[in-house]
Amino acid sequence: MKIRVGHLYPDYLNIYADRGNIAVLAARARARGHELDVLAIGMRDPVPIGTVDLFYVGGGQDREQELVAHDLVAKAEPLREAVERGAAFLAVCGGYQLLGRSYLDGAGNELSGIGLLPLHTVAGDRRMIGDVLLDCDWAGETLAGFENHAGRTILDAGAEPLGRVVAGFGNDGASGYEGCRYRQAYGTYLHGPLLPRNPWLADRLLEAALAHAGVEERLEPLADELEREAHAVSAARARSRGGRY
Amino acid sequence: MRPPLPLALEAAAVRAAGTLSRLAGRGGGTTLPGKLLWKLDPGAIDALARRLPQGSVAVSATNGKTTTAAMAAEILRPHVRVAHNDSGANLVSGVASTLLRARDAELGLFEVDEGALPEVTRRLRPKALLLGNLFRDQLDRYGELEIVAARWRAAVADLPEALLVVSGDDPQVGSLARAGGCVFGLDDPRVARPSLQHAADSKYCIRCGTPYLYAAAYVGHLGDYRCPNCGHARPMLDVVARDVELHGLDGASFTLTAAEGETRVALALPGLYNVYNALGAASLALALGVPLEDVRDGLGRFSAAFGRFERITVGDRRLLMLLIKNPAGANEATRTLVEGGAPAVAVIALNDAIADGRDVSWIWDVDFEPLLAGLDRLVATGTRAAELALRFAYGGLDRGRIEIVPSLEAALDRGLELTPPGGELTLLPTYTAMLALRRIVAGRGYVTNYWERAA
Repeated sequence: MKIRVGHLYPDYLNIYADRGNIAVLAARARARGHELDVLAIGMRDPVPIGTVDLFYVGGGQDREQELVAHDLVAKAEPLREAVERGAAFLAVCGGYQLLGRSYLDGAGNELSGIGLLPLHTVAGDRRMIGDVLLDCDWAGETLAGFENHAGRTILDAGAEPLGRVVAGFGNDGASGYEGCRYRQAYGTYLHGPLLPRNPWLADRLLEAALAHAGVEERLEPLADELEREAHAVSAARARSRGGRY
Repeated sequence: MRPPLPLALEAAAVRAAGTLSRLAGRGGGTTLPGKLLWKLDPGAIDALARRLPQGSVAVSATNGKTTTAAMAAEILRPHVRVAHNDSGANLVSGVASTLLRARDAELGLFEVDEGALPEVTRRLRPKALLLGNLFRDQLDRYGELEIVAARWRAAVADLPEALLVVSGDDPQVGSLARAGGCVFGLDDPRVARPSLQHAADSKYCIRCGTPYLYAAAYVGHLGDYRCPNCGHARPMLDVVARDVELHGLDGASFTLTAAEGETRVALALPGLYNVYNALGAASLALALGVPLEDVRDGLGRFSAAFGRFERITVGDRRLLMLLIKNPAGANEATRTLVEGGAPAVAVIALNDAIADGRDVSWIWDVDFEPLLAGLDRLVATGTRAAELALRFAYGGLDRGRIEIVPSLEAALDRGLELTPPGGELTLLPTYTAMLALRRIVAGRGYVTNYWERAA
């Protein structure tokens, strides 16, 4: 089966391992006999309607993020519709912020997001930097990663977070929650090699993408020894030195 | 308030502390005296710097500052007694320690951490400033590239009298150039990359945000760029490297062209990034009035900076150690290795201490892939060995070829065991892993410790 991936702004939002996350999706799809077909969706490119099973948007530095923000707003409608129709979506760091309604920067300028996730973000004066560990009880799994963001993301009442913060700052350093999920869209501050060391999330995204493509399939587990070891080290790091106020 | 101690007395006391630290076996003790002095009297650093009869110069960059400063020191040494922080201690404390040790120096030559540049230059008031490049590096420590660039702009504005020597090939750094200074760059499309690398950072016009067009991209985003929208382009070059020849792992040569004339430079160090380092050091030395032939000879004499590209004989085998610390630097190490014949066995050490960057995500931005084809065995080591193993596994290296050996010493031994007698083992360590590996090799008597050499 071909899984069609739409990678948004790979030339702009590519800091830290965003291509690594794609490589993990590709390798894990291949191990189950599927193929990833990755389409780069850049500035002014149209969003294909109904033919993308999984969207990905990564993180960037403030400058790059500002450059794409205006363009993304023009893509809001087809992206929201795709998620309503069951397409999977992973948004990391800067990309996560842009999926919310708005981002208010330090100078008081408001950057419009696309309102795909029920949240908004306000720049803080202290960066939240460090290892993070999340408990995702909805999946019976944990996520280990690294966060580095000045934005404080505030979820709307009733919005589903991605996980409860076991160690680290999370969305705003105060709520005790990190990330957001809506249907098959997942947003998170955990950047970098999120999927390599948390392969269960990669598999969940692939299953959702396959379902969108019309294939209901429970993916066979892989050996994942290196993955488990990397996860354990990363989780231990978060427990011993995750950020806190 | 405590009355200030006389400077000489302070200096003697903190020097003694450094000696004690070494005697107590607590490593190099290279920054301890400086840290103490800074605590005791921050202004003392300014006073010590003012005692240098020829003043000081500062060298900064994300990549290559240690090598560039060491090259400049090699060029300058026959002309002037230099105080140089050659063990890489490049924060205020390291500069202070060097100032304390160098009692008869005439000129200070300081490699400075890019984040610490404003603080150090505020105290040193250097007469010349060499600025090389800005790449994404340890965002957990330095913050975003734009923040570092803004600090550099402020530092430069605060030194209106200083001679600025800048790389024109980096859009951010080149924009700092000013009248009376010097701009250097590379001009040889034959050694350009076919396309911008993944780790290129300043890809968008710093004035208007449009993607630059590159006539040639050499290392990351360094090259001959032009904005098709507003016209912002690489400034005119005063000192240029042309006709570059890369000789695998054995060295590189290029033609150095400046107002002073033209000469062929032969380097014992490999790789295009070392051509950049040499070009920066040459530009600085020329700006300080060193004759062109002496620049050429000094660069020709230079062998290696601490841990950057070191060959160490260990019994009947050799170690080749290349420091990796961020995507752009690791890409160049990879490219150099592959041009010299890709290694069959490599020990790659990934630590995540503060000096390495606690965030190890950067390894996913490195183009390690050219190494894969020739790699028979990867020994992944360091505190984040498993993470590194994953990077290579998802890069396409067969998992059966990867061994995880978290202990550096055990990994070194395993690597040596996999290397045939007479062969060379490639080590790619991050900063603290490099220090630890050097300590292990020194403990076995194969290389002297840096504090013994620097003393």
